[in-house]
Amino acid sequence: MNPDFAGNQYVIEFTYLIASALFIFSLKWMSSPATARHGIWAGEVGMVLAIAGTLLRHGIVDYKWIAIGLVLGSGIGIPLGMVQMTAVPQRTALSHAFGALCVTLVGSAEFYLRTPNVPKFMMSVLSMEVILGGLTVTGSLMAAGKLQEILPQRPITYKGQNLVNFLLLAVAIGSAVYLVLHPEAKQLFPLIVGISLIFGVFLIIPIGGADMPTVISLLNGYAGLSAAAMGFVLDSKLLIIAGALDGSSGLILSVIMSKAMNRSFTNVLFGAFGQVQAAAVGAAQARPVHSATPEEAAAILSAANKVVIVPGYGMAVAQAQHKVRELYDILTKKGVEVRFAIHPVAGRMPGHMNVLLAEADIPYDRLIEMDEINGDFPQTDVALVIGANDVTNPAARTDASSPIYGMPILDVDKAHTVMVIKRSMSPGFAGIDNPLYYLPNTLMLFGDAKQFVGAIVRELSGGH
Amino acid sequence: MSSNLIDALFIFMLACFIGFEVIRHVSPLLHTPLMSLTNALDAIAVVGAIVLVGERKSEFATVLGVIAIVAATSNVVGGFLITDRMLKMFKTSRPVKNK
Repeated sequence: MNPDFAGNQYVIEFTYLIASALFIFSLKWMSSPATARHGIWAGEVGMVLAIAGTLLRHGIVDYKWIAIGLVLGSGIGIPLGMVQMTAVPQRTALSHAFGALCVTLVGSAEFYLRTPNVPKFMMSVLSMEVILGGLTVTGSLMAAGKLQEILPQRPITYKGQNLVNFLLLAVAIGSAVYLVLHPEAKQLFPLIVGISLIFGVFLIIPIGGADMPTVISLLNGYAGLSAAAMGFVLDSKLLIIAGALDGSSGLILSVIMSKAMNRSFTNVLFGAFGQVQAAAVGAAQARPVHSATPEEAAAILSAANKVVIVPGYGMAVAQAQHKVRELYDILTKKGVEVRFAIHPVAGRMPGHMNVLLAEADIPYDRLIEMDEINGDFPQTDVALVIGANDVTNPAARTDASSPIYGMPILDVDKAHTVMVIKRSMSPGFAGIDNPLYYLPNTLMLFGDAKQFVGAIVRELSGGH
Repeated sequence: MSSNLIDALFIFMLACFIGFEVIRHVSPLLHTPLMSLTNALDAIAVVGAIVLVGERKSEFATVLGVIAIVAATSNVVGGFLITDRMLKMFKTSRPVKNK
C-alpha cells in the first residue's frame, strides 16, 4: 500500500463502511441454518477490517499496549469459546458482562479526558452509556453466577424491592441530568457508575432460573444499546450500527421470550419478574397418579406411530440429550415418527434446547416450534416429556387463578398417552402444581432423565 | 445540535429498523447462536478502546483502555469460536434444498 495512503481518513471510513455492511449480512445469513456459517465468515472479515482500519489512524502512536490487550483478550477468548454446550447460557451472560465492561471503561475514560468541556448532548449519551453499561456488567455477572449455580437460583424477594430498585435508578438518572446541566460537578460521575453497578445486582436478585431466557435477552439488548451510545460519544457510525443491530436483536428476543411467558414487555423492561410465582405453593396435595416402569414405557413407545418428545431444562441438567438421541435412533429405525416440540422458553436461554439436541446429532428439521406442532398433538400417540414442567401445564389454558394462566403452552395433554420423566412429585422450579400429572392418560416415569431414557433404550434394543 | 449528531441519529434509527427486520427472520432454531454472534459483533466496541490506548492521552485512560481491549477481544474471539462450533452441529436429515 502507498504509505501516504495509510492513515487516510477516507480509507479508514471505507473499511468501516464495508465492515458495517458485512455485519448486516452476517445477521441476515443467520436466518437459515444452511447459510448461517457464511454469517460467521462475514462477521469475522468485518471485524478484522474494522480493527485493521482503526490501527491505521493518524493519532495512534502506541501499539505495544494495544497488542498486549489483543493477545491477552484472545487468550481469554479461546477457552470461553470452547466451553461445553451445556454451559452456553452462563458463557453468554459472562460475555454480555465483558462487552458492557469494555463500553463502561471506555465511557469513563472519555469522560475524564473531556471533562469539564462536555457538551450537553454528549454528556447525556455518555451517561446513558455508563448507566446501561454498568448495570449490564453486574447484572450479567449475577445472571452468570445463578446459571453456574454459584449463586442461589431461587428468586430473592423482599418487601419494597421495586421501590428500592426504582429509587436507585432514579438517583443515577437524576445525577446524570444534574451533570448534564452542570458539567463542572464531575464528582457525580463515579456516583453514577457506582449506582449503576449496584442497580445491576439488585435487578437480577429477584429473578429465578425460569426467567433467565428473558433476562439474558434483555441484558443482550442493554449491552448493544450501550455500545450504540458509545458510538454517539466517539462519533463512530460503525459502532452506532453494530450497537443498534445488537440492541434490536436483544430487544426482539426479549419480546419473543416475554410473549412466550405471557408477560408484558413493560413488565420485562422494569425487571419485575419472578414475583408472581410465590403464590401457588402448597396446592399440591396427594392425588393419585399412574406410574410406569421403563419396560412398560418401552412397550408403549414401540407400539406408537407418532411420538413427540418435549425436552426441558431438566434434560439439560441430567445431561440426557445423548441418551435421547439413542432413543430417537432406535424408534426411528422401528418406523416410529419421532419429533421434538420446542417451547420458546424451554431451558435457560433462547434456543437452548435446539443447541443441545443439535449437539447430540439430532437433525434440526425434527425440532418443531410450538405453534407449528401444537395442532398435531391430538394425532400424537405418545408425548414424552423429559425435564419440562411449566411449559406443559394445562392450567395455563384452563385455570384463571393459576399464576401462569394465559402463557402459551405445548398441548401435550391432548396426546393419546402422555409420559412424563420426572424425579419426584415435588412441584417444579416455579412451585406451581401441574394438573397434567393427574390426568388419566398420563403416566409418570419416576427417575433421573438420563438413566430412565437409558433404561427404555436398553429395553427397546434387547429382544424383539 | 451539530449536523454530525443529526446524521448519527438518522443512522441509529435506520440501523435499528434493519436490525428488527433482519432479526425477525432468524429462525428460533438459531436463537442461541444468534445471541453469541451478536455478542461477537457488539465487541466492535474494541475499536473505541484501541483508539483510547493508541492515542495515549493519559495514564488513567490507557489503563482503562487496555482492560477494555482485553474484555472486548475475548468476546470477539470467544463469540465467533462458539458460534461456529454450534452451527457446525446443526445437521438436517434431508438433503439441503436451495430456495
